[in-house]
Amino acid sequence: MLVRSTIGSLFEQVAAEQERKLVALTDDTRLIDCGLDSLSFAIIVARLEDHLGVDPFSSAATTDFPVTFGDFVRLYEGIA
Amino acid sequence: MYGAHGTTDLASLAHGSSLGEQLEELRGRSVLLVVKDPAHAALALLELDGVAARLVICPADLRPEQLPAVARTAACDAAVADSAAAVAGVEGIGRCVTVGAEPLPTRVGHAGAQDTEWILLTSGTSGVPKLVRHDLATLTYALGDARREAPPIVWGTFYDIRRYGGLQILLRALLGGSLVSADPGEAILPFLERARAARVTHISGTPSHWRKVLMSGAAATIAPHYVRLSGEIADQPVLDALRAAYPEAVLAHAFASTEAGVAFEVRDGCAGFPAGLLDAPGAETRLTVRDGTLRIRSRGNAHGYLGKDAAGFPRGPDGAIDTGDLIEQRSGRCYFLGRRGGVINVGGLKVYPEEIEAVINAHPWVRMSLVRSRRSPITGAVVIADVVLADGTPGGACPAPEELTRQLLEGCRRSLAAYKVPATIRVVPGLEVSASGKLVRANA
Repeated sequence: MLVRSTIGSLFEQVAAEQERKLVALTDDTRLIDCGLDSLSFAIIVARLEDHLGVDPFSSAATTDFPVTFGDFVRLYEGIA
Repeated sequence: MYGAHGTTDLASLAHGSSLGEQLEELRGRSVLLVVKDPAHAALALLELDGVAARLVICPADLRPEQLPAVARTAACDAAVADSAAAVAGVEGIGRCVTVGAEPLPTRVGHAGAQDTEWILLTSGTSGVPKLVRHDLATLTYALGDARREAPPIVWGTFYDIRRYGGLQILLRALLGGSLVSADPGEAILPFLERARAARVTHISGTPSHWRKVLMSGAAATIAPHYVRLSGEIADQPVLDALRAAYPEAVLAHAFASTEAGVAFEVRDGCAGFPAGLLDAPGAETRLTVRDGTLRIRSRGNAHGYLGKDAAGFPRGPDGAIDTGDLIEQRSGRCYFLGRRGGVINVGGLKVYPEEIEAVINAHPWVRMSLVRSRRSPITGAVVIADVVLADGTPGGACPAPEELTRQLLEGCRRSLAAYKVPATIRVVPGLEVSASGKLVRANA
């Protein structure tokens, strides 16, 4: 739950910084539809690495890129 | 050519002209090309080659305030633009031809054709573009492999066809095929939908473009036979994910730079390239590693930079271009480590740390800063900054770290493009300074 709320607030923080309109996030929200661009995701992943100390994308087990917000959260919950 | 706003038949130039009789007025001139629509730009390029003395190809994302400096450096005395207003503030433009219409049925003779210099822009320090000198011979050097492909080929590209990588795809499409070009700022889903409708067979983009496709969940919209990555380091996760998404396709990652041209293409789906490509005897493209970086010598090399950057063109005494890309060899394979000199590649866009440090250092509480690269699974790299606080009390109490970070980020966002703003800023006790008094920049 902590991971999920950390991720949720980072999405909001980065959306505000990048002046992008974030939609209400549910597990089924597709990342492409959430209002953020690639740079925003890159910033979120970098900050999560600072907060949680992990970058699940670079672990050998990850070959599936997350498509929904739920995928994204599970990626971090799986290793945090 | 399939654009976001319609289809253009480039072969129509065989019996028509998009510039009409005005083309003659551009003969022998140095022409600034400021055309937003990729298809219109392509038509103008094809017509002006052999007519203009010099073609200065402005990419879609060139900021209008940079036009005067570009035009001055290239001694432009004419322009081809969407409207006269687009080049109104640019000195020295004696003649401006506007484009936009379909080719006119005017027969224009190309008598007295001359060699045309093609000038491509690449990012330089402090955000001012460098002007790289090519011609049709250097630009088409690497197309030998494309000529062997069996038709019908429908190319797609996420690149701007006015930059080196995109122009390579336009030239390949011209050899026999069609091209679906992304419009500047076009979102990924509509582009993939257009690519599907045109039955794209060959498609090219940076690893960052491809990660975007993979994260869109819409990768299956297209079914290409050939998937190409270039412009950034292709890491194993993105290659594996593309292999899974397009199991039948040829998966190729290529190395090219505006200065060095196309160096190689690897099709084995593994990151890096075989060490056997280095110093291969008799190879047309000679690759070597010296002082840790990849050097390339071929007939695809650019001729040099224009203007005050000319002396800084990275050609060594042996004639090879130093790409500045650091190479590590492990078990018969060469891997890219990043860029020497700290240049950071964020989603295909070059970032010079010094430009960002200058903005951060302007804050009264910052004594010094170091901007560096961190690997990113989304954009290849992101910019991060380490900051050392000033001693004493410049203008009152030092803000709390969170507040200081917020102020620094806000300052960066005000004066820098979004991709140059650090993803994270850390306050550190000190930074390593070398004996010569320079910040120590870790490579990669």
